[in-house]
Amino acid sequence: MVELTAQPAAFLPDSRKTRYERNIATRESALVKWTILTIGLLFFLIFIFLPLAAVFTEALRKGFDVYWRALVEPDALSAIKLTLTAAVISVPLNLVFGVAAAWSIAKFEFRGKQLLTTLIDLPFSISPVIVGLIYVLVFGASGWFGEWLIERNIKIIFAVPGIVLATIFVTVPFVARELIPLMQAQGKEEEEAAVVLGAKGWQTFWHVTLPNIKWGLLYGVILCNARAMGEFGAVSVVSGHIRGMTNTLPLHVEILYNEYNFAAAFAVASLLALLALVTLVIKTFVEHRVHTQMQGTR
Amino acid sequence: MATTRNFSVLPGFGLSLGYTLVYLSIIVLIPLSAVFIKTTELSFAEFWQVISAPRMVASYKLSFGASLAAGAINAVFGLMLAWVLVRYSFPGKRLVDALIDLPFALPTAVAGISLTAIYARNGWLGQYIEGVFGIKVAFGPLGVLVALVFIGLPFVVRTVQPILEDMETELEEAAASLGAQRWQSFRYVVLPILLPALLTGFALAFARAVGEYGSVIFIAGNIPFVSEITPLMIITKLEQYDYAGATAIALVMLVVSFILLLIINGLQVWAGRRTGRNR
Repeated sequence: MVELTAQPAAFLPDSRKTRYERNIATRESALVKWTILTIGLLFFLIFIFLPLAAVFTEALRKGFDVYWRALVEPDALSAIKLTLTAAVISVPLNLVFGVAAAWSIAKFEFRGKQLLTTLIDLPFSISPVIVGLIYVLVFGASGWFGEWLIERNIKIIFAVPGIVLATIFVTVPFVARELIPLMQAQGKEEEEAAVVLGAKGWQTFWHVTLPNIKWGLLYGVILCNARAMGEFGAVSVVSGHIRGMTNTLPLHVEILYNEYNFAAAFAVASLLALLALVTLVIKTFVEHRVHTQMQGTR
Repeated sequence: MATTRNFSVLPGFGLSLGYTLVYLSIIVLIPLSAVFIKTTELSFAEFWQVISAPRMVASYKLSFGASLAAGAINAVFGLMLAWVLVRYSFPGKRLVDALIDLPFALPTAVAGISLTAIYARNGWLGQYIEGVFGIKVAFGPLGVLVALVFIGLPFVVRTVQPILEDMETELEEAAASLGAQRWQSFRYVVLPILLPALLTGFALAFARAVGEYGSVIFIAGNIPFVSEITPLMIITKLEQYDYAGATAIALVMLVVSFILLLIINGLQVWAGRRTGRNR
């Protein structure tokens, strides 16, 4: 009789179970369910949770003093500054690009639209190392503009402009790919009504479109910012790793790690991990808003 | 382009499309063309010599082999996690759901050093795996696999999860009422509906894994012929100022990426049609 009383998820009240668990056609036997649940969550624990926990544990292994000193030493501070600089330049640029691209793709019909959408996503499918390489080929000493730049004493590769360019490249698609489906789902009736009633183009965008897309926009910006601050491969190729000058936070982590200064490396890494966690919190919140905004248009 | 568009009362078409094309060209397309132009400096024989060197071939085997294996592992466990997140209730579900995206948000270098710390010989898991089973994870090919599993997991979960959420329970109810066992209704009703999304997730994870650099180089050990990935070979050539060689390898990787992109686009069209028909 034990089998009969041992209902699946017996400790949960019925109202807290998913509709699938209450439906006899969509629920598995308790044994199958707990096996899948255990294996799935174990996999999550080992591959997602453990790496996150390891960052903070290793960072604080030698105590809070060592941790704090690693964060306030001049090289770390200059890395923080450069990372913020790269993000502050690349995020607004890709925000404007994303809005322009989404406006043209979602509100108008033209030939080659599908191709353009694919091209916008292109940076996602290119290895970060190749992104770094192409800027070396264009702006490096032996590159296309190499001589021209040397004559004018302008440094792009192994300097801050190269880092900013590489960051812009890898973050191009983020805002656009959030806005395009959202604006397509919303159609163009509201904007057309505004224009017919005499609104100017910018007024229409500001008062009609923007309120409709603000959560999707924020969502794209959050993801764009996280990638901009965390990019490693592309930036690593064009940086030259000059301490205190062309080091971003992820590159600073690498240098400290390769010097076997693990506590400091993980201390700096924990800053980036915190940034990732904040990103996920905002993302979870905004995702819900985007979802309701999408639904509201149907 | 403008000739084929329908008349629209909305302003800003020329401005927004023009800006989009100019920006995309300056930032992405023109620099990218450098790879193709630079490669023409090599004769085909030289090009072939670079990309078919034994050390390169070893790196292809590792990069593609580990990426395929990681994609397959993620397809199985990603499907399981998506299932768990949609179908079951358990404490901490929202937290697990939010943290699935961690590999997207966590900088790759951070993931790299963290995974190394876990799987090194004196690490949290490494001391047991290496001490008890004698299997070396960090600083070898297995380490590459672990890193690629980490970065690929959200791709599978996030492509399968929405399809599973949208799926009508009527299908399984019909299967059950017609006498199907639970396993049969999963195998013959649910799985065929999920298959396009599952394959898309697998392909996305695979494509990302092939180009991945940051999370892999720390844990791989980077031993020539053993644990060097293809993107690292580009870096190696660059450090020797062999720009033509680096570009030749980049061209091979770009061609592979474009083919993968085409496959993924095709899969997404197929998936869209599949789910559209089932609604």
